[in-house]
Amino acid sequence: MSGSGNSATQNSATETLDPPMPQRLPTSLVEVGMVVGLLIAVLVLWEAAVYVFKPAPIILPAPSVIWQEFLLSPGYFLQMSAFTLYTTLAGFGLAVVLGLALAVGIVHSKFIERTVYTLLVALNSVPKVALAPLFVIWMGTGVEPKIAIALMLALFSVVIDAVLGLRSVDPDMVNLARASRASSFAILRKIRFPNALPSIFAGLKVAISFALVGAIVGEFVAGSEGLGFAILTAQGQFDTPRVFVCLMLLGLLGTALFFVVEACERLLLPWHVSQRGGGGSGH
Amino acid sequence: MAYLSISGLRKTYGSPRGPVTALRGIDLEVNEGEFVSILGPSGCGKSTLLKCIAGLEGTSAGTIRVDGQVLAAPPKDMGIVFQRDVLLDWRTILDNVLITAEFAGLKGPAVRERALALLGRFGLGGFESRHPWELSGGMRQRAAICRALLCDPKLLLMDEPFGALDAMTRDDLNLELARIWQDTRKTVVFVTHGITEAIFLSDRVVIMDRNPGRIVEVIDIDLPRPRHLAMRESPEFGRYVARVRHLFASLGVLKDDAP
Ligand SMILES: Nc1ncnc2c1ncn2[C@@H]1O[C@H](COP(=O)(O)OP(=O)(O)OP(=O)(O)O)[C@@H](O)[C@H]1O
Ligand SMILES: [Mg+2]
Repeated sequence: MSGSGNSATQNSATETLDPPMPQRLPTSLVEVGMVVGLLIAVLVLWEAAVYVFKPAPIILPAPSVIWQEFLLSPGYFLQMSAFTLYTTLAGFGLAVVLGLALAVGIVHSKFIERTVYTLLVALNSVPKVALAPLFVIWMGTGVEPKIAIALMLALFSVVIDAVLGLRSVDPDMVNLARASRASSFAILRKIRFPNALPSIFAGLKVAISFALVGAIVGEFVAGSEGLGFAILTAQGQFDTPRVFVCLMLLGLLGTALFFVVEACERLLLPWHVSQRGGGGSGH
Repeated sequence: MAYLSISGLRKTYGSPRGPVTALRGIDLEVNEGEFVSILGPSGCGKSTLLKCIAGLEGTSAGTIRVDGQVLAAPPKDMGIVFQRDVLLDWRTILDNVLITAEFAGLKGPAVRERALALLGRFGLGGFESRHPWELSGGMRQRAAICRALLCDPKLLLMDEPFGALDAMTRDDLNLELARIWQDTRKTVVFVTHGITEAIFLSDRVVIMDRNPGRIVEVIDIDLPRPRHLAMRESPEFGRYVARVRHLFASLGVLKDDAP
């Protein structure tokens, strides 16, 4: 009885489970299409408004002018973007490594929690951007202070969400592991960490944006490269189209980085509630 | 000497509204290969007692010995099924079952084979690469039982494993558990609030009452083995059920509707 019953449920389960996967692509394609459509609409409106109201080009250049500005020296803009991208990723990467290590320490030791964690929370209420000039004094005007500022801005959200995730584990999951005489490292690796991943990714998505802010701030304060530096030089020459090219590249960069983190999340957490295909899987 | 022996066990939880005595004066001996059920109303400390035996919860007084050793941490050769299935969502059913072996440092095709065989025995063949959320409640609980059995523990602790299941699945699993016990003669401590289930499965039924949680009676079940579901209609079985019901009625747990 149980044999035939199983194969029957199994087949029907396969049928109801498969559709959500292919369904996801069209849905996200539609979403992307809608966003692109909206952007094009805004650009067209913008172009039309500039054509009708004729503001001074130094106040608001038309999108076509901005595009021409980019075509004048694409190599320069791409080089500046690459530098900012590098700084952001380096700061973000370091923040992830350091942040996760700190979170593990905070969760496992009352002492680290009372000292490091308390300090971190206290420091977070200080506007960290104000510390940027100090970093330049300490580290010079190279890439290092920019990475450090990006790291500093990104670190907090990594730590907070990782600590939250590592703590919010079902006590019976830990009991299950303890009943099998698991070491506390095994519990961390096989229970606490995977359980914390959704929360960790929530933190990473905030952190990547903060890292980009940090990179730009670093370039504002002292620099000779990067989109932040390019914006400052263009501003000095009242070259508004150039400022707008940089801003748009910055927007593009920020969006792309966010979606890369989200793609990693989808790849790593196919099991999480937020990632499961809609409908079909429940009974 | 008994495989599991508990003497003078007291467990007090600290809570914001003062200490709560969950268990008091618990004395119990369970022999090797014996199937003992713990039966009692909600809140009488059944789960607490099981967690104390598992070494997962510290005790306030008294001693617990497993295989002669005073308990300080979870004992070796123990398997446990919790009141909720606690399957890990990020693992497939097979990997969920295998986790006890991983913690014990066992790997390789032999354990895998064993896990697959257990899943097959519990009607989960073909579901091994599914994730827990794709399974029904009953299937999840069966996977949790496979996980507890994987390392062939000598001591098996089960906390209302069939509590949330429908009557038919419950009968099915009662029978499967009785068979497994018959084959392997594990020492089992089985927590339940089902009177029929307790009598059907056990050599002895321990009756508990609450406020504070304590043992009020231990009933020997002298029914022949192996047992069949049909035995539940026999007059001897009925007498055991009546006796337990009467006991609970006198404790005020069950309302007696006799005239
Ligand atoms: N962690 C805890 N902290 C404080 N009190 C607790 C804790 N766990 C259980 N208790 C209390 O101990 C008593 C026994 O709880 P326990 O969970 O052992 O009951 P139970 O017999 O398993 O009930 P059920 O049949 O509903 O599962 C209850 O009064 C409960 O409120
Ligand atoms: Mg309970």
